[in-house]
Order: sequence, then structure tokens, then C-alpha cells
Amino acid sequence: MVGRTSDGRVVRRPVSPHLQVYKMHMLMVLSGSHRITGLALGVGTLILVWFLVAAAASDAAFGWMAWVVGSPIGILALIGWTGSLWYHFCNGIRHLAWDFGYGFEMSTLYASGKLVLVATAVMTVLTWVVVFAVR
Amino acid sequence: MTQHSASPAVMRSKLGQARGLGSAKAGFHHWWGQKLTSFALLPLSLWFVTACIRQIGHTRAEVAHWVANPLVATLFVLLLAATFQHLALGVEAVIVDYVREEKRKLASILIVKAACLLLALIGIISVLKLAVTG
Ligand code: HEM
Repeated sequence: MVGRTSDGRVVRRPVSPHLQVYKMHMLMVLSGSHRITGLALGVGTLILVWFLVAAAASDAAFGWMAWVVGSPIGILALIGWTGSLWYHFCNGIRHLAWDFGYGFEMSTLYASGKLVLVATAVMTVLTWVVVFAVR
Repeated sequence: MTQHSASPAVMRSKLGQARGLGSAKAGFHHWWGQKLTSFALLPLSLWFVTACIRQIGHTRAEVAHWVANPLVATLFVLLLAATFQHLALGVEAVIVDYVREEKRKLASILIVKAACLLLALIGIISVLKLAVTG
């Protein structure tokens, strides 16, 4: 974005650097995944709103929504949605810890990153074990 | 008036000091909004997923009756408000990083904010309709 320095000069504020300059490593992939899962969750909000609109509209609208969401493609999308949510949720806690000044040591960054991946996998599998158990 | 040069300890120009403008204006607001909604979304998303699993296989009438509970309706309104505020701020950050041209940047941000507001309102009004008509 364009802003001004305190002496009034117009400058471009710094934004994220170009990806191509870096060698890929685990921390970068984790960081990029927070953005990608955030955007995927944004697409997922369409299903949330559709669910509420359909519930408020009619039995027919709700039945169609339930049929699409319960179809194989719908289930696959929901599995992707829960995986994205739990990744973004866990890594979001990691982000919030950084905002409080914790966890910046290189070894901690790798350890918390691995913890996020394990927790995401456990929570996603657990979610779907419960879903298939209750339905 | 005495003339004095900026001391090294003061990391701002004299104009900056006179105007009282630091960097912490809209930037702080954006950052704080993202933090606040992140914290709110931690319990709200846990609730949402567990609550949805318990509704699997229910008819529309049963789901409508459930949403009509004042506590559930309130949690849905909070979820929608926090989610779309968080999403609008998040996508704004992404646009600022990838869209260089100023007019396109501004237009994209406005479109995203309008879409988020619209979706949030459609969701909230649906919840309110269910809360009233059950
Ligand atoms: C479950 C609780 C959630 C937590 C704890 C959380 C946390 C965060 C945090 C801390 C950031 C800022 C990252 C940074 O400083 O760069 C962020 C970014 C973002 N979040 Fe969330 N979030 C949550 C849920 C959601 C949901 C439900 C959505 C979508 C509807 C979402 C979409 C986004 C987007 C699009 C970004 C911007 C990504 C970027 O700038 O790279 N988040 N989230």
C-alpha cells in the first residue's frame, strides 16, 4: 500500500517478498499453508451460508443442500474443509503465540510446526471417525 | 523558539513529532481486528464443528428448531460476524501482497469487503428468521 513516512515522503509500504528468491524449506511451506487454508476456508463459508439460507427457506431447498453436501464430492469437499480448518486453527494458535513474543527460536519454530502437522492430522481423522460413527 | 535537531534517541523526524502521527493508525486497527477475531474463532469453530456433527441426518424442521434456540442463534450470529470480519481482513492482506496496481488493488479490496458484508448479512438474517419463526 502507499503511505507516508513521518517526514511526509510518499513510499510503498513493504509487502511479502518474492517467493522465487528463497530455497524452499519446511517453515515456508507451513507459512504458505496458513494463507492457502485461510482462503479455502473463505470458499467454505459459501456452504455455511447456503446451509443457513436453505434451513430458513423450505424443505425442498434444505433437501437439495443436504443432498449435495452428503454426496461423495460434498463429503470430499467437507474433508478438505475440516483439514483446512484444523490446520489453520492450530497454526493460528502458533501465530498468536508469536504475537505475544513466544516461540521465535529456530528449534522451537520447527518443533511447533511439527506439532501443528500432527495435531491437524489427529483432529481431522478424529472428526471423521466421529462423523461416520454417528451417522 | 529554540532550534534543536532530532536527538538520536528520538526515532522520529520533527514533522512526525509535530503531527503526532506514528505508524499505529489503520495498521494497528487491521492487526488488532485480525487478533480479536482469531481469538473469538477458536472456541466458535470448535463449537460449530461439534454442533454440526450432532445435526447430521436431522430434518429441516429439527435443524430449524435447534437454530431457533436463543443461545444457538446467538452463537451463529457471533460465528458469522467473526468469520466474515476475519476473512475480509485476511483477504485484504493477501490482495495487498499480490496486486501491485493501485486502482485494481483498491477495487479488489472493496469487492471483497462488500462480498463479505453481504454474505454475513444473508447468514445473520437467515438465523434471525429461524430464531423468530423456529
Ligand atoms: C479457527 C480459528 C482461526 C484462527 C485462530 C485464525 C487465525 C489467523 C491468524 C492469526 C491470521 C493472521 C496470520 C498473519 O498474521 O499473517 C489469520 C489469517 C487468515 N485467516 Fe484465519 N483464523 C481462524 C479461522 C479462520 C476462518 C474460519 C477463515 C475463513 C473464513 C480464516 C481466513 C483467514 C485468511 C483468509 C487469512 C489471511 C491469510 C494471510 O494473510 O496469509 N481464518 N488467521
